[in-house]
Amino acid sequence: MTDPRAVSDAVAEAHRREWGFVLAATARVAGNIDLAEECVQDAYGAALEAWLRDGVPRSPGAWLTTTARRRALDALRREQTLRRKLPLLVEPLGEGEMPVADEITDDRLRLVFTCCHPALAREAQVALTLRLVCGLTTAEIARAFLVSEPTMAARVTRAKKKISAARIPYRVPGAADLPDRLDAVLTVVHLLFTTGHTAPVGADLLRHDLVERALDLGRVLRHLMPDEPEVRGLLALMLLTDARRDARVGPDGSLVLLEHQDRSRWDGAAIDEGIVLVSELLRGSPGRFGLQAAIAGVHAVAPSWEDTDWPRVLLLYDALLVRWPNPVVALNRTVAVLMVHGPAAALAEVERLEADGRLSGYRYLASTKADLLRRLSRDDEAAAAYRQALELVDNDAERAFLQDRLAGLEA
Amino acid sequence: MSEYLILIYENEAGYADQDPALWQQAMEAHGKFAEQVTAMGAKILGGNALQPTATATSVRGDVVTDGPFAETKEALGGYYLVEASDLDQALAIGKLCPAPFGGVEVRPIMEFPEG
Repeated sequence: MTDPRAVSDAVAEAHRREWGFVLAATARVAGNIDLAEECVQDAYGAALEAWLRDGVPRSPGAWLTTTARRRALDALRREQTLRRKLPLLVEPLGEGEMPVADEITDDRLRLVFTCCHPALAREAQVALTLRLVCGLTTAEIARAFLVSEPTMAARVTRAKKKISAARIPYRVPGAADLPDRLDAVLTVVHLLFTTGHTAPVGADLLRHDLVERALDLGRVLRHLMPDEPEVRGLLALMLLTDARRDARVGPDGSLVLLEHQDRSRWDGAAIDEGIVLVSELLRGSPGRFGLQAAIAGVHAVAPSWEDTDWPRVLLLYDALLVRWPNPVVALNRTVAVLMVHGPAAALAEVERLEADGRLSGYRYLASTKADLLRRLSRDDEAAAAYRQALELVDNDAERAFLQDRLAGLEA
Repeated sequence: MSEYLILIYENEAGYADQDPALWQQAMEAHGKFAEQVTAMGAKILGGNALQPTATATSVRGDVVTDGPFAETKEALGGYYLVEASDLDQALAIGKLCPAPFGGVEVRPIMEFPEG
């Protein structure tokens, strides 16, 4: 008899680490995702009992896969017609036959690419990835994205239905489509990360769980596609950003800007890991994630805000804007302009972005402008900009920060 | 293999002046499209161009009204029924399909279980 606590921990750990792997391998046998999900769910349920009786197996993932596949084969045998109706994913294996390592790799990648297929809406891609690759329940996903559970359930069902009705293929795209398709996968993972990193609404600035899932996915992708520079770039970006996690929030839960963070509280191990990835990247021609990681890397190794290599940050932003002409990037670049060329030059850039109009309603545009006006001692205009930013903010920690700044001007 | 309908939605104004050169160009583009679809191992099962929406009549219940079912800037102007291996191939066909004044929508044909 094994310790029940240890068994339930082992099941939870296997759920977190191996769900996507078990599901992908089972989907190959089951022929469709719904049946595969059901069988994997059953296998996890059976694990609790079996492992209590026989002890935790040496390879929980393999045990779960074998169990789930066996259940899938049984179900298919019971309902022979199912396979004719749902030819998607069918590639039956004999009982007990385990996939070789390369196939496992392929299966998980296929699952990720299917979840992030461009024929699915971005929000559906995110929901499916969390559900199928990470094994989150619909209730958990709904909570993370602040929608009701029925709404999220409907979203997941619609997406799965489209996969089967439109025959979205279960495969890794060919070389010609890979860059675009991979970008969609990386965007989904990055979206998970940023959603967890800065919760857009509510009191929690950080939603650790999403951040952890995104990092897990980043590592899995890196393992599966070791030669893709952008995969490496995304993992580096997430590591270097998350390294600042503990320093981002003050003891009272308030937001602490990079400028004022206690750098001794940054996670040195994560930074080291990220920096190694960045230096590998910079030997090639980095893409948008790689360049963002490189910028985060410059900050990560700087002893202080003032002693940051700002000209290098600005150079990297210029390169990033060429690769990815995005107004939010242009806005972030103005901070480097401020540090290299001063507040007047930075304000000119911000006003140009304001005139462009694509960022209207973006809360960080107003708050950046407010900060620059404050530095230029144009207090009345700064106060107006802070008020505008306050109207747009919906995160408590950020709101408190802006109110504090506004009070400082009005005092 | 599965069947998909490729619906061509375009701004009709693009074809309004009946310029013969433009017409010729469109015919050639569709001819080339057909060759490309065959070359990629898919099949065109059918297809047609439609008369403009000014010729449309809508029937809802017993009520007959002139004009298309929905007034949109980009109107359905033609379609292809194709057979493709999966959505990726159908989308590749969609990308090749000529629609200089708009775009195409790719819809899977519903399959009903036998028996």
